[in-house]
Amino acid sequence: MENIIDQLNKSFDSRVRLGIMSALMVNSEVNFNELKELLQITDGNLASHLKALEENNFLKVQKGFVGRKSNTTYTITKVGEKAFRSHLSALEKMIRATK
Amino acid sequence: MLEQEHSLEAIQDIKRMMERSSRFISLSGYSGISAGICALVGAWLAHPYVFGYRHQLINTQASLSSGPGLLLNMWLFWIAAGTFVAALLSAFFFTYFKSKKEGIPIWGNAARRLMVNVGLPLLVGAIFLFKLFQFGTFGLIAPGCLLFYGLALINAGKYTLAEIRYLGLCEIILGIASLGMVGYGLYFWAIGFGVLHIAYGLYMWNKYDRTSRN
Repeated sequence: MENIIDQLNKSFDSRVRLGIMSALMVNSEVNFNELKELLQITDGNLASHLKALEENNFLKVQKGFVGRKSNTTYTITKVGEKAFRSHLSALEKMIRATK
Repeated sequence: MLEQEHSLEAIQDIKRMMERSSRFISLSGYSGISAGICALVGAWLAHPYVFGYRHQLINTQASLSSGPGLLLNMWLFWIAAGTFVAALLSAFFFTYFKSKKEGIPIWGNAARRLMVNVGLPLLVGAIFLFKLFQFGTFGLIAPGCLLFYGLALINAGKYTLAEIRYLGLCEIILGIASLGMVGYGLYFWAIGFGVLHIAYGLYMWNKYDRTSRN
């Protein structure tokens, strides 16, 4: 049991981070406002979680403009995809183990 | 045990986020029902013109060159256009309400992708059907509507609730069947756009809208 818990990625402990990664897994890119609406959280909260994921090299940030408005989009990296997948299988194992 | 529950919750979260961010899930069952009713009313209005009880042309003095001018001079065209707009508006109305109620943004990535993937086959279909009209092949217009609409819905299945594929499949089967009975196109059209939409709307309402209220 101890072993499996170790396999769970600490970066994905929060629901917000898990949500961000889930959205990035199925979309080629997602912008800040879409994530905000999806997760229903404040700008500051979302920004800090995005920062943490970026520092882990799980996502790439592209800053751009749509007209005059700034538009920041996020893309998942290879590292992030791999980490998310192993987190998923760890969750799966956890459920199986207690069956 | 606690860990297990936590994992299950996390997986459900992931599933919900993936679905919410990639598919347009606010499509309401009422939208199907209302679009179907519009289609039945449209077919009823079109009936006397299709079967020759009333004169096809609005201005009977106009020349009969087969182009956009002739199309705009036909009662049937305006009935069809009115039906299309009414169905679209009523469908949009109920879906807008549903997305408001569930707090899902109506205009996001998912909605945009759905529009593009439904719109493209429909646009191609419209161009092709206009060509059929120009060549005077009126009997193929109703089957053509059903076939292209069916293809558009099957395409939509990847971008909204997947059940819409089955509606698309039914439209295609109906379209092919009506190819063998040219002249009865309006009846097939009424079944495809009226009855099937209502049946689909009731099914979706029963499956999603009703439970989400409780």
